[in-house]
Amino acid sequence: MTQTMTTANEVLLDASGIGKKFGGVQALKDVSLTIRRGEIYGLIGPNGAGKTTFFNVLTGLYQRDGGEISFAGAPLTLESPHTVAAAGIARTFQNIRLFGNMTALENVMVGRHLRTRAGVFGAMLRTKTERAEEAAIRRRAEELLHYVGVAEHANSLAREMCYGDQRRLEIARALATEPKLLALDEPAAGMNATETAALRTLIEGLRGDGLTVLLIEHDVKLVMGLCDRVAVLDYGQKICEDVPSVVRANPKVIEAYIGTANE
Amino acid sequence: MKIPTNFLHNKGNIAPMIALAIALIALPFALALVGTAWVRITNFAVLFVLLSLGLNIVVGFAGLLDLGYIAFFAVGAYTYGLLASPHLGVHLPFWIILPIGALVACIAGAVLGAPTLKLRGDYLAIVTLGFGEIVRIFMNNMAAPINITNGPKGIAQIDSFQIGPIDFGKVDTLGGLIVSGPIKYYYFLMLALMVVVIINGRLKDSRIGRAWVAIREDEVAAKATGINTRNIKLLAFAMGASFGGLSGGMFAAIQGFVSPESFILNESIMVLAMVVMGGMGNIWGVIAGAVLLSFVPEILRYTVEPVQMAIFGKMWIDPEVLRMLIFGLALVLTMRFRPAGIWPESRHRREMTAAAK
Repeated sequence: MTQTMTTANEVLLDASGIGKKFGGVQALKDVSLTIRRGEIYGLIGPNGAGKTTFFNVLTGLYQRDGGEISFAGAPLTLESPHTVAAAGIARTFQNIRLFGNMTALENVMVGRHLRTRAGVFGAMLRTKTERAEEAAIRRRAEELLHYVGVAEHANSLAREMCYGDQRRLEIARALATEPKLLALDEPAAGMNATETAALRTLIEGLRGDGLTVLLIEHDVKLVMGLCDRVAVLDYGQKICEDVPSVVRANPKVIEAYIGTANE
Repeated sequence: MKIPTNFLHNKGNIAPMIALAIALIALPFALALVGTAWVRITNFAVLFVLLSLGLNIVVGFAGLLDLGYIAFFAVGAYTYGLLASPHLGVHLPFWIILPIGALVACIAGAVLGAPTLKLRGDYLAIVTLGFGEIVRIFMNNMAAPINITNGPKGIAQIDSFQIGPIDFGKVDTLGGLIVSGPIKYYYFLMLALMVVVIINGRLKDSRIGRAWVAIREDEVAAKATGINTRNIKLLAFAMGASFGGLSGGMFAAIQGFVSPESFILNESIMVLAMVVMGGMGNIWGVIAGAVLLSFVPEILRYTVEPVQMAIFGKMWIDPEVLRMLIFGLALVLTMRFRPAGIWPESRHRREMTAAAK
């Protein structure tokens, strides 16, 4: 990872007043949160709380109805997903979305698209620049496969890899875009205990290398153990944002997850 | 680390390649012994190979179903016809017109691509189908008030290629060998084919080629990975169309005549069938598909009648009917038993066998 550890408390992402409506359903209502550089930020909440909606708004898959997002000091105008990726936010998907019929290596090489330039003519003529760039793309992709620990499957088709490896491969592809913020949508979903532990090590390693991570997760134990700060969404609203120990004790959070006594 | 390579990059084992090259060089003279018609048939087969390789970029790589591809062939052919015939009185040399034709087709490709960017699958197919028909009807009706395309009568007396003293429209003798016009075109087409195959292979293994395949595999993920899917899709349409335009120009010169009826929907479907039946995405499969689908109907044309006469002593079924029947049956059987094509791209084949399990 190229980023170095920066001073804590520096704000990387500042979202304020984010709203999103689907027909009559208010999926997100006035959600504000700030993510600091170098931290692992958890976003949790019961099913249907709007976590993934927030993710999709943040990464440009959905257009927000209201609110501002500033990222790395500049306003993020969410034109389309690829401009968000270019700004430095990379994501993975809750239901893994790899390029199934490409090899693991090719998947990561696609991730380099954003930071490379070769065009049609360069490719047709196989110019010196193009060849050098291709070699660099391949080298970087191999490094990243190594980094996430699936190097031995470089030439397997993505769809033939086992579930845990697919999750890792998706992270490698996201890392290939050189993100400042890596947004993981339920990375531990469907994983067994061993795989989850390995994933935790990987995410901690990412933070160690200076990356900021936004984590949506159902596995509360994982979130509480891993995240520096946690925000809780319920019915499209943020009900709490703090360090894990405080969040865990917050009555609103407990109510959201378990329900009130007289319900 | 062992990286999978296609055999364009394969340095070793060149003996079969040399044998193939010699066979391809000798082929037109062998065919000429049977009849010059067979050289012409071969030339049209090569043209269809070129067309299929162009369509393969759009359909095979980027996964965008295009049912109006023949329109770009038409654009190239008419560009050539207009710039090298008495119709407008312009006679430019072919090496100027062919790139112009490719460029005009390229622009037409982008124009078609632009409104279809948000469409997929069947919807995209319908729009491209419409585009193909619009171009044909346009050619058919642009005879009045200003006569541009000469309407349904088409453009005749189109110049043949001319390289220095060699006129592709005339017969030359070279040390006792009779080199007819079609034979000259054959060599030119082979040269063009070589270039197109190399370009296709290089595009496929490039940053742009990977982006195309990524869009085919999962457009949302491709976007999220930072690919500007709008531009990359337009590029696929434009690149595919340029190859169509290039082939169209050669078609006009070989034929010496263009008219709208050469560019009917049936032709688009034929080219698509070549790509799908050969093996979408795999350059060699597409070539095999185009060669087969070009030759089989012609071979049947010459064999259906004698075979019937030999077996029954008289004609039971009209040769034309039987020919299309056999051809259609062959298509159905191929797709039934080899759903990913005769020679599929390895990833497609794996996908198909997995689906069958």
